[in-house]
Amino acid sequence: MFELLLANGDPHNWLLAVMSIARLWYALPLIVSVSLVCAATRHEEMNAILSHAARFALWIFVFMGIILGVILFMSWLQ
Amino acid sequence: MAKRVMDSSAGDGSQIEIELKDPRLAAFLAWLIPGAGHLYQGRTGKGLLFMICILGTFFYGMYIGSGRVVFASTADFFPKRIAVQGGASVRGRWLEFVTDRWQYVCQLGVGLPAMPALVQRSRIRNHKAPLFGSDLMRPPYNAIYLPPPAETDLYFKSIDQTDANNTVVHPDEFSKWNYDYGENFDIGTVFTVIAGLLNLLVVFDAYSGPLVIAPHESSAQTSGNKKE
Repeated sequence: MFELLLANGDPHNWLLAVMSIARLWYALPLIVSVSLVCAATRHEEMNAILSHAARFALWIFVFMGIILGVILFMSWLQ
Repeated sequence: MAKRVMDSSAGDGSQIEIELKDPRLAAFLAWLIPGAGHLYQGRTGKGLLFMICILGTFFYGMYIGSGRVVFASTADFFPKRIAVQGGASVRGRWLEFVTDRWQYVCQLGVGLPAMPALVQRSRIRNHKAPLFGSDLMRPPYNAIYLPPPAETDLYFKSIDQTDANNTVVHPDEFSKWNYDYGENFDIGTVFTVIAGLLNLLVVFDAYSGPLVIAPHESSAQTSGNKKE
């Protein structure tokens, strides 16, 4: 992804890189939905659900970030 | 009516009592329409949250996948013996309905919204026109086992995405969908599968209340299901 951004300023490469980043936005509604539903199956009160969901969403986000970092590092090694 | 007692989130040691009205019916309703089981039990806030999140995820996935991502396999539920040359008979593969399109088994977790796929499957297997003349949730045609009603070019050919003068010929309609919709087909499938799996958690919540992983020792004695 980042190699594409840095590759000789070709507009076609820029377009590909922007498209691959835009694809990540699909994760956002999934993270919101999954964290809210999972939190709601562990609590009954709305405040507890929302705070648990916020923590869980952050956890998923960090986990996905770590995986993305590992994948980018491995692609950099190639 | 079953009751569930659990610690309040206030942290002051108080407890809340959840009335789980008719858990079996509520679990069935929760599967049939996400959130309906909780609404039936009077747990309105959670019911609406589940309904919005799960149905929203499911229908957004359907939208991304252009209505193609939810369909059932046309294989038999229970394989029959088929006569072959020489008088012997063989049985179809066990669980072919599941292995052929395992995603639908997960999508079926949302209940009623995924049911039209079963109707479409039945109609296509019996060589009838799709429901309401719509291709929504219809299984893909196959030139050998499940031929389309007419105009095979329409079902098995695509315009080349890099050169409009070329035509791409596919072995079956499923390949055409993958080619035409690209990554959206996979993303839509993931959304609808996750919606179905999430609803299984909701079914359990409607049946037995919130899952408490590690209850405090003091409340463990008073927690648990009680029958009135």
